[in-house]
Amino acid sequence: MRISKIWKYSLVAASLAAFAAAAPAQTVKVGVVLPYSGVGAEFAQQVDRGIQVFMKLNPKAFGPYKVELIKRDSKNPSGAEAKTAVQELIAQEKVDILTGFIYSPDAIASAPLATEAKKPMVIMNAGTAWITNLSPMISRVSFSMWHSGFAMGEASTKNLKAKTAVIGYTDYPPGKDSLDAFKRGFEATGGQVIDTIPMGGPGQVPDFTPFFQRAKGKKPDVFYVFVPSGDHAVAVMKTYNALGMRQAGIKLIGPGDLTPDYKLQGMGDDAVGLITIHHYNADLDNPQNKRFVEAWKKDYGPTATPDFMGVQGYDGMAAIAHAVVTLKGRLDPEKTLDALKGWKFNSPRGPIMIDPATRDIVMNEYLSEVVKSGGRLVQKNIGTINAVKDMCKELKEGRCK
Amino acid sequence: MDPVSILLGGLASGMVLFIVSVGLSVTMGLMGFVNLAHGGFAMLGGYAIVLAMRHWGVGFLPALALAFVAVAALSVVLERLLYARLYRASELDQVLFTIGLVFVMTATVTVGVGPETQVVQLPEWLRGQTDLGFIKYRTYSLALIVSGTALVIVLWLGFERTRFGARIRAAVDNRRMAQSLGVDVGRLFAVTFAIGSGLAAVGGGLGAEILGLDPNYPLRYLVYFLIVVSVGGLGRVTGVFYAALLIGVLDFVLKIYFPKGGTVFIYVLALLLLLWRPQGLFGKRGA
Repeated sequence: MRISKIWKYSLVAASLAAFAAAAPAQTVKVGVVLPYSGVGAEFAQQVDRGIQVFMKLNPKAFGPYKVELIKRDSKNPSGAEAKTAVQELIAQEKVDILTGFIYSPDAIASAPLATEAKKPMVIMNAGTAWITNLSPMISRVSFSMWHSGFAMGEASTKNLKAKTAVIGYTDYPPGKDSLDAFKRGFEATGGQVIDTIPMGGPGQVPDFTPFFQRAKGKKPDVFYVFVPSGDHAVAVMKTYNALGMRQAGIKLIGPGDLTPDYKLQGMGDDAVGLITIHHYNADLDNPQNKRFVEAWKKDYGPTATPDFMGVQGYDGMAAIAHAVVTLKGRLDPEKTLDALKGWKFNSPRGPIMIDPATRDIVMNEYLSEVVKSGGRLVQKNIGTINAVKDMCKELKEGRCK
Repeated sequence: MDPVSILLGGLASGMVLFIVSVGLSVTMGLMGFVNLAHGGFAMLGGYAIVLAMRHWGVGFLPALALAFVAVAALSVVLERLLYARLYRASELDQVLFTIGLVFVMTATVTVGVGPETQVVQLPEWLRGQTDLGFIKYRTYSLALIVSGTALVIVLWLGFERTRFGARIRAAVDNRRMAQSLGVDVGRLFAVTFAIGSGLAAVGGGLGAEILGLDPNYPLRYLVYFLIVVSVGGLGRVTGVFYAALLIGVLDFVLKIYFPKGGTVFIYVLALLLLLWRPQGLFGKRGA
């Protein structure tokens, strides 16, 4: 035991001496906090796979520096488990940077720890707009609910010629955010919101029938729905069709959370005609995306598909790689944030940038319609809005001041 | 909003509660075993249906029957190997054992099939809307109302009006006396348990359209099952039926008019009902 330890140390010393002149083999520790088990397990899988695909497609992205991923399970969406995980990652694992964070409460609960311990935090999903204001250590490569919500509000009056809307939303921070964003965009362009319906929490998929029945009774032109991507979305599609809302002339619209790519084929013809706006879908036509989707299918099977969370995992890793290479493997917190501010990248979702002023992402939003083509459902692009910023912070709304 | 469609929606949501809980009213309500793994059997049933339809191209109704048989068969194995040893154990032991079983089932399904939600592809005739003449309503909701009603009639006849049912009730009330009268209690319980689990499987399959289906199903809906069975009163299949309808309809109507209350109503209703009648709406006093 002793001898082997001495051996180990001398080996390390020898290799250090050998490489000292060249580049020191720095290991950057990245703490990844995702809900690997529980309701959010599918989301964690998406982001995790996005991270893996990035590493595989870009083996040289980190230069000579080694990256070690330390993964922790944040389990349920309450934020409590995520906070414990972050605490442990900082205190015991001594990570250099934190990433992951699917649910907004997870990011919200962890933000003070990042500030205190001065650990940069790259958010790969959590979309409540004001999260980036909670800590100077936070940067976000995913989205804010306002990116899609506000844009959808404007598109509803302009592209879809809607005059009245009912909003149904899952009752938690990003849901309220999405509600405010859509309402602001819709009413600013002459629309009128006639009812808002909270539809249960994110923890479990409710039976949407009573909420949708209420919405149907109000006879709006469009029914804007925000629910967490995944199972909620599938249930929304089903209920919308089963209650005959389409026949009643009510258009279902929403952010792309309604059409997660990996659930789309399972929704069947129910989803045809659905109009969403989002920063990514697997059908986007650009070379980066082709390469990304191809690599994904190669590793995870022909029926597997990345969705927006997958691409966020990919881009988050790209951002971290950029910081690692820029800072030569030593992630000083302030300098890391400086490196991330203004970072530009050609992502599978198109060009993206971290806004230096807000540390939030700037990206394109794609308006798309679900159509059937060649026996499968695809998202047909019917309009692109370039370089969208988080409108919540642009307009200094509520908690985004 | 028209009252008829609200009533139909409420009835359907009550029927979902009934269909997914009725299996538990058999294993826990009749047999007196605290079977928290009920949702596990329901989930396995749902998966059996999804996988049989996907891989073997079985139709929806044959798949339901298949799930009933497959899960019932599996449950007999589990009952003989494990459950039977705990019939006379304390309730805490039963709770610990069945919760452990749930974890095993959840993990098995996650590893074997994956963490993602499974979609039960309904046949064409169960989708969309049906014109009832005076109103158009969701076909599947109507189907749930019909099948739930049929189920409660069959079970009521089976447990209250047949020799088999009488034997079960006798064995539950006084096991030794039933045995001394020549009832093979071991076999009887195995069969009853199989029926309960088979019903759970059918419930998992029928309810999946509304409740979804994934590895976390057993724990997510555990509270619902327990609420319905405890409000209905232990030992009464019909009690569970009325309780499910009552809770389902009230919950539905409240959600339409006060959506802000969200998912809280069902718990509040259960609380009030149990404060009013701790033995359950239709439970025997002192049971």
